[in-house]
Amino acid sequence: MSANLTDRPSSHHKPRFSGRRIADAGFSRSPAMSRRDVLLGGFCLCCIPQLGFAAAETTGLEEIASGVFVRRGPDVEASPGNRNGIANIGFIVGRDAVLVTDPGGSLADGRWLRSEIRKHTEKPIRHVVVTHMHPDHCFGAAAFEEDRPNIIGHHGLGAALQARGEFYRQRLAEILGPQEVGAVVLPTQEVSPDGAEVDLGGRVIRLKAHEAAHTTCDLSMTDSETGLLFAGDLLFVGRVPSLDGSLLGWLDELQKLRALDAKKIVPGHGPAAAEAAPAIADLERYLATLRDETREAIDNGMTIDEAVETVAQSERDRWTLFDDYNGRNVTQAYKELEWE
Amino acid sequence: MKLLRNLAITALFALAYPGVASAGVSVIDGTEPERQARWEEISEYVFGDRPIEAGDDHIAIEAPRRAQDPALVPITLKVLKKDEVRAVHLVIDDNPSPYAAKITIGPAGDPSEIRLRVRVNDYTNIHAVAETADGKLYQTRAFVKASGGCSAPISVADAEALEGAGQMKMKFGEGDKTGSATLMIRHPNFSGMQMNQVTRLYTPARYLDHVKVSYGDKTVFELKGDISLSSDPVIGFAYDPSETGEFIVQATDTKGASWKESFVVPARTN
Repeated sequence: MSANLTDRPSSHHKPRFSGRRIADAGFSRSPAMSRRDVLLGGFCLCCIPQLGFAAAETTGLEEIASGVFVRRGPDVEASPGNRNGIANIGFIVGRDAVLVTDPGGSLADGRWLRSEIRKHTEKPIRHVVVTHMHPDHCFGAAAFEEDRPNIIGHHGLGAALQARGEFYRQRLAEILGPQEVGAVVLPTQEVSPDGAEVDLGGRVIRLKAHEAAHTTCDLSMTDSETGLLFAGDLLFVGRVPSLDGSLLGWLDELQKLRALDAKKIVPGHGPAAAEAAPAIADLERYLATLRDETREAIDNGMTIDEAVETVAQSERDRWTLFDDYNGRNVTQAYKELEWE
Repeated sequence: MKLLRNLAITALFALAYPGVASAGVSVIDGTEPERQARWEEISEYVFGDRPIEAGDDHIAIEAPRRAQDPALVPITLKVLKKDEVRAVHLVIDDNPSPYAAKITIGPAGDPSEIRLRVRVNDYTNIHAVAETADGKLYQTRAFVKASGGCSAPISVADAEALEGAGQMKMKFGEGDKTGSATLMIRHPNFSGMQMNQVTRLYTPARYLDHVKVSYGDKTVFELKGDISLSSDPVIGFAYDPSETGEFIVQATDTKGASWKESFVVPARTN
């Protein structure tokens, strides 16, 4: 049985919160659609623009499907000028409420997103879904404090943030300055291995907690209304992926993403939306190459630094930032596979 | 049935950190005279007033100029005068605990190539010092760009990381790599600088401080380790393949746990 977590928490939900209660009372909710909702409500999925590398600097929001807004993160690294706004982030507007995913790469990035949301709708921001613990996805959560949203994450997210959050915060503060980064925000609700649902008012969002893959706390999300799959960093398109969980696990989880049979996916990095099948196939090819060539290197007695120089080089021209991440991916893959 | 489990976070947004973090000043800005002064300070601490000569003809160090992963920086030490050198010291100057390892070569050992994986906490010089049988010291160095390697959290929970501690594997080189081997030991090698955000406590340092490898009844090498060795330490070494018998590995950590394992060199096919 799947019990939905409805948008308006009924009384039986309330005892679950033993900490600070997510406030309902006193929150003004306008039942009327905003003008933007009306104007942009009719977009269809087939009109999604396919952004290539040339558009990598795009930083505005696009409405990629009815009520679904995504900011394409540029294929760059965190730098003082960019608020660490490098991941794809956005929100979904339901009848009654707004769900944010991801909240952004810093407090400043999250504040930007929040202000953009308010240009489109005055509906309450009830849910902030954090797809995993990496800084470019999670630090924006602090910008939604006044909304008192549910902070939703994988059942492993809390532990991962406890272990790494402060480390990430300090590193990011060195780049952006501490005021820009904001606090580490821990999840208030976790998605069990069985999955979960969030209802925005007739618009059900299905959440899936994955096994170790890109990280150890990857969450994906499907919007029932449009069929869009939000893959978080389980899917990179164009930008070379970074491996921080399990290489073999990631290849398994890609199969599970494929089995969800979505036509369009919002990747964690890359265009705001992409055709699912070719995007999954591209990433699978890279990861399989990484796996096979790292195994081969280990079998041939190559050291980790020799492997870094040789593995997956055939993929170089297919991805942006390849030289910034491939060596590290090989290091991670070697560390995982050398114990086989 | 609840599928979204609510978490008891008493102060969700109150986890802001006290004050403002320090400006993140690091030795990235260090100048060469400062680096030299640092090295003099460390070398005096480690070697006392023994003279250390420039030793590029005795020892070479191979390290990536920029680390792929600051918590796992592969370092290769190549001893060029292997018949003279009996010990090799590795110093990572700007690490919080710079003296990373000392490897003493035994009668069945061969110092010509030693491979280690280390944590690098900041842009730093890494010094390798070769010590000859008659006690002379020769140094060389490499500069590595990396940061945060010592405080980088390990990827799994502390308790989980300790569960498999002491598990070992040894791989033996074949063909033209006969006489080389790689020892792998599971151990989180907690540096003492990895912090749990909720408890605000650092996981106490716990690392392999002594590893001894023997072949037959002769010592190959002994390693004294420190927090700068990466988690799940991997040590590449060379040995005298004319010896016979078993490899015995004995490892202990700073909490007094010890492990012992034996390995047999696969039969040569030629």
